[in-house]
Amino acid sequence: MTHDHNPGRRIGETLLAVENISLAFGGVRALTDISFDVREHEIRAIIGPNGAGKSSMLNCVNGVYRPQQGTIRFAGQTFRHMHPHKAALMGIARTFQNIALFRGMSVLDNIMTGRNLKMRCGLFLQALYVGPNRREELAHREKVEHIIDFLQIESVRKTPVGRLPYGIQKRVELGRALAAEPRLLLLDEPMAGMNIEEKQDMCRFILDVNDEFGTTIVLIEHDMGVVMDISDRVVVLDYGRKIGDGSPDEVRANQDVIDAYLGVAH
Amino acid sequence: MLYREAGQFKTSYRADQQIFPILQDRIGMLVLGFVALVGVPLVASEYWLTAILIPLLVFSLAAIGLNILTGYAGQLSLGTAAFMAVGAVATYNFQLRVPGIPILVSFLLGGGTAAAVGAVFGLPSLRIKGFYLAVATLAAQFFIPWLLVKVSWFSNDSASGVITTQPVEILGFTFDTPLRKYLFALVVVSVLALVAKNLVRSHIGRAWMAVRDMDVAAEVIGIRIVRTKLVAFAVSSFYCGIAGALYAFAYLGSVETDGFNLDLSFRILFMIIIGGVGSILGSFLGAAFITLLPILLDVALTEGATALGLQLPSGMTSMVQLVVFGALIIFFLIVEPLGLARLWQIAKEKLRLWPFPH
Ligand SMILES: Nc1ncnc2c1ncn2[C@@H]1O[C@H](COP(=O)(O)OP(=O)(O)O)[C@@H](O)[C@H]1O
Ligand SMILES: [Mg+2]
Repeated sequence: MTHDHNPGRRIGETLLAVENISLAFGGVRALTDISFDVREHEIRAIIGPNGAGKSSMLNCVNGVYRPQQGTIRFAGQTFRHMHPHKAALMGIARTFQNIALFRGMSVLDNIMTGRNLKMRCGLFLQALYVGPNRREELAHREKVEHIIDFLQIESVRKTPVGRLPYGIQKRVELGRALAAEPRLLLLDEPMAGMNIEEKQDMCRFILDVNDEFGTTIVLIEHDMGVVMDISDRVVVLDYGRKIGDGSPDEVRANQDVIDAYLGVAH
Repeated sequence: MLYREAGQFKTSYRADQQIFPILQDRIGMLVLGFVALVGVPLVASEYWLTAILIPLLVFSLAAIGLNILTGYAGQLSLGTAAFMAVGAVATYNFQLRVPGIPILVSFLLGGGTAAAVGAVFGLPSLRIKGFYLAVATLAAQFFIPWLLVKVSWFSNDSASGVITTQPVEILGFTFDTPLRKYLFALVVVSVLALVAKNLVRSHIGRAWMAVRDMDVAAEVIGIRIVRTKLVAFAVSSFYCGIAGALYAFAYLGSVETDGFNLDLSFRILFMIIIGGVGSILGSFLGAAFITLLPILLDVALTEGATALGLQLPSGMTSMVQLVVFGALIIFFLIVEPLGLARLWQIAKEKLRLWPFPH
């Protein structure tokens, strides 16, 4: 896979910085003293073997987990820990490793729900529906239809997501995250379990989002080819510790990283 | 008439967002509305109005209330009848104690009172789910009617505990005959059904379903779980409260707290299971089914017995009823959890493509 993506083209200031994050579940140390930063418009990958703490890291960034130590700095504000609602308000959206769509709802409604935070009409106006609420619904519908076009899922927009194949569900989940027009997009293994073709599509979507909207992306991915191809910088975790951080080439040459991947499997 | 959407292309999202985007559905609704408003008054007997149509409307409203909470927001409740009792008793007391208050205002305040009580009993839902929440709402189902009987102020110290409702009078017009009561219930239920449909297709409805389907993802999107659940309890209980008030004022003509028991809560739960969980249409279908089935069974059994020259043992029909209900509920839970509404939708999809199934 080759892409005419040009890393570093318009990368800006630091948008997110996690500092000395430690997280434990009882005796299990999921993360130990992790620090790294993510710059505006960058595609930043997090890699590492299973159980390394990658998902836990994302969960700390948007407040699903509360780390016992460390700070999270986002868009100039520093937090001991995030709260999911606060994170959403500040423009952080994400997808989950195990698809977390609203199964009983249609594709359209799932993606519309991604914009719920932007809707202002109160209960009374919604009960009336006509008037301001309809105008609001239509305005948001228009934006959502753009996302549906972009992700090429027009033909299933009214289908309940539970009935869609896995690869399409992954796409819908990306759509739901995009609907929030996020500043920072956290993607937890968006290509896991996909075939080559689906992976290529997903890569293209991620690069397009980054290019067109300038969205900063943090991406967890196992496929090293993909990671080396699309990311600007890479963080490597192993057993909850950071063992590498740098450009794809630097990381590839790092002896600790090679050991973690080629050494004892875990 | 053929049911087709072929050729009906939506040229705008506005057209696509109508409640009934398909022409045939709109015509169907018009016909149904015409029958309910004009046809029924022309032909329906007093028995049909008082024993079938009015309770059908009241139960539909209660089923919509429960469906908002259980079907849309995913919070199981066994307290439906208790919230109906609150609505009935509160409406009665507003009417009794506030001089000159219009009856519709009493209804709204009665629904509002039920909403407040519902939100309080919804507090456990912030901590517990599923079976345990059902048990918590069961507490409401036992506590509220008990309290309403215990404190005789609620029934205006009536010795028997049975209280006769005030007449329903709007702008000098009294809804006193069965036909008038039916029309009153029809308008109230139709308006509130439309409001419910509007809510579930707006962002609060999507928030309810999001919390139902995947609460972690909902929270990450920025939906406030606590607020969303409590609003669902409040709105649901508002509907149940109005249904309770209608039950008292338009159906029984009295407030009988004992009638709002666990049995009634279960009946309404069965209505949404059979009609369709998470469907406004299903609430009506379920209410109609459960109201009409006993009558149809009764007629069928009696006619059948007479035709065969048999003498049915007493209590036979009610036993057959129980068996049929039980079997149907198990069938829907296992085979079609989305109920009659889903079966109707499947039938429509088939018709849409007929005669070419591909
Ligand atoms: N909610 C949780 N409760 C208990 N342990 C957890 C939880 N989430 C993650 N862990 C543990 O934290 C470690 C890191 O997990 P995770 O972040 O999912 O790794 P990765 O995404 O890199 O595969 C694992 O040992 C896992 O068992
Ligand atoms: Mg993971």
